[in-house]
Amino acid sequence: MITRVVLAKLSPTMEEGTIVKWSKQEGDVVKVGDVLAEIETDKANMEMEALGAGVLRKLLVPAGGKAPVGALIGVIADAGEDIAPTLAEAAKAAAAAPAPAPPAPAPVASAAPASPAPTAAAAPRAPIAAAPPAPPPAAAASGRVKASPLARAIASRSNVPLAAVAGSGPGGRIVKRDVEGYIASPAPARSAPAAARPAAPVPTVVAGTALPLSSMRRTIAKRLSESAFTAPHFYVTVEIEMDAAVSLREQLLRAEEVKVSFNDLLVKACAKALTRFPTVNASWTGETIQTHAEVHIGVAVSVPDGLITPVVRNADQKHVVDIAAEIKDLAARARDKKLKPEEFMGSTFTISNLGMFDVTEFTAIINPPESCILAVGAVRKQPVVKNDQLAVGHRMKVTLSSDHRVVDGALAAQFLAEVRRLLENPASLLL
Amino acid sequence: MPVITMREALNSAMREEMRRDPSVFLLGEEVAEYQGAYKITQGLFQEFGEWRVRDTPIAEEAIAGVAVGAAFVGMRPIAEMMTFNFSLLALDQIVNHAAKYRYMSGGQIRCPMVMRGPSGAAAQVAAQHSQAFESWFVHIPGLVVVMPSTPKDAKGLLKSAIRDDNPVIFMENEVLYNLKGEVPEAEYTIPLGLGDVKRAGKDVTIVAWSRSVQYALQAAELLAKDGVEAELVDPRTLRPLDEDVIFESVRKTNRCVVVEEGWRYAGFGAEIADRVQRECFDELDAPVIRVTAADVPMPYSKMLEKAFLPQPERVVEAVRQVLYR
Repeated sequence: MITRVVLAKLSPTMEEGTIVKWSKQEGDVVKVGDVLAEIETDKANMEMEALGAGVLRKLLVPAGGKAPVGALIGVIADAGEDIAPTLAEAAKAAAAAPAPAPPAPAPVASAAPASPAPTAAAAPRAPIAAAPPAPPPAAAASGRVKASPLARAIASRSNVPLAAVAGSGPGGRIVKRDVEGYIASPAPARSAPAAARPAAPVPTVVAGTALPLSSMRRTIAKRLSESAFTAPHFYVTVEIEMDAAVSLREQLLRAEEVKVSFNDLLVKACAKALTRFPTVNASWTGETIQTHAEVHIGVAVSVPDGLITPVVRNADQKHVVDIAAEIKDLAARARDKKLKPEEFMGSTFTISNLGMFDVTEFTAIINPPESCILAVGAVRKQPVVKNDQLAVGHRMKVTLSSDHRVVDGALAAQFLAEVRRLLENPASLLL
Repeated sequence: MPVITMREALNSAMREEMRRDPSVFLLGEEVAEYQGAYKITQGLFQEFGEWRVRDTPIAEEAIAGVAVGAAFVGMRPIAEMMTFNFSLLALDQIVNHAAKYRYMSGGQIRCPMVMRGPSGAAAQVAAQHSQAFESWFVHIPGLVVVMPSTPKDAKGLLKSAIRDDNPVIFMENEVLYNLKGEVPEAEYTIPLGLGDVKRAGKDVTIVAWSRSVQYALQAAELLAKDGVEAELVDPRTLRPLDEDVIFESVRKTNRCVVVEEGWRYAGFGAEIADRVQRECFDELDAPVIRVTAADVPMPYSKMLEKAFLPQPERVVEAVRQVLYR
């Protein structure tokens, strides 16, 4: 029996993938579930498994090559079986598709209507890039997720956003085991693994050369352009007195040997504040403002090719020590490209922190379909006025970018005041 | 419990019902003196005599017509088709008369007859003698269609069929006539329209009837070696269909494979797949998959015959498909 090996949609925003390496070669006997190839998606490197058994007769895309989701990249068949018609069909389909075409009209009945929808951060409904002036290409509106009826039913009962689940069935169909795996995926262990590697050095680039675009770079370009050109951004900056937070951090380190970063405290502070301002924890859908029942904080992590935002789920309900361990683990795996899709999907609010580069303040572009992103500067020692006296204090500037369709200036200011209140009285973050 | 063949089980069902009810009689080609082409009627002529066990000419429409007429006036005929391949000649009597009169007479005329005989492939009897025709008969409102897979079911169902006031198409299988199984000694019947779980399992539901139950059981054994526990549901009566036993199983396993010996095109498995997808939509983790005969006339060649029929390996393959592994 002939099994077409088609490039699976391994992340909800994936439109094309690069075959990093083939784990099986032409002529190898494969069985269902064998790892065929490692695929670089826009988010991570993932393994693609065989959906049929037989002999891997033909590899159509060499290692290092790219293919659109749904494209035929190999053929599994019985040893003597005639695969010429399958190959001819594939060649015809490829010829019909425009050159670098993203979601090619794949030569498969079950071809995914590959959604170029900008759904990295996945609300259950596909974010609808609203209205004028820049409607996305027509195809972007569909954003259809393929899932078995049972998988849909379980996801709905368990409040799992299907878009955050990677499908392992034919054509990337989400099936029961995928949703159950998503639900069961354990929160990272409290004793975090080995220390995160220092950020990778900037690769040496020869000036004057054109750099090829990685999948991740394309996704960043598309989604953030869309956000910047669609969502009317405005910015509100506050300065936060961090002396108490600095002291708390030192106490935890000295007394408990627990290391908590300012960013961990900030994640907790934002999560708590978001529960009090549900409209900030919301998405513009075009028809409504969808507020989210849960608070999932995305934390932007710089990786060699770009950046990715692993998600701390239900951060409002987690202890700050657990948040610290989780972020450490997520960031380390993000740099290794080992994050599972559900670990970088579904955030409802994002924090981008450039404090480690000693940045005073900056503005960030909203990560759609969220409504706000917080850009965080460094905690700096500086002269401050205390009781009409000049003194030395710790200060940190944070800037909230808001989508004005959802959040107005006064709301942004109130939300930031709550974040500031919590950080200036950080004992409340340990509750 | 005694172990007997399906042939003996069918024979004793008819014998017991003929002893119990004098209106029951048997007619067909070679059913009397020769005691049946497949010896299902062995000894009945000797016990009940020529008035109740009648040899007929080779004229299937006449056999059916006599049975229909006798049933209309209160007899309970059992008409044997030497095989259901020949029942095509009797279709007008079955479809236009047996199935219709109770309805068209406003319930005044009943047709309590049984038409029975082997259906499906035997071994190398080729295109005209290897056909599974259940999909033809289940299509007709007014008919009851029964297809047993074990000696016990065969006896209990045939007794119920003889006692039923509707025309019952009772399709046996030549390959199963020698199948042995436990059959209670004491009087029993099995209600028409009641399915049966032939093997319990939690991972996948396989629906099969008649000889396909054998394919499915063998497939279930192969799957068990890989840790897959298949549940095998045998509807036993195809019309009326015991949907509930199928739905209950599918709701447990979330997957369904239907195995049938008939052709795929508009086969009875399509009816089951249709009902399952509608009633169990939110419980399904994979499309319903059918394992059927090939869409060609049955070849004579032994190898091709094997390729034509649903084999256990093909059932295993279908199960793997719905399990995504």
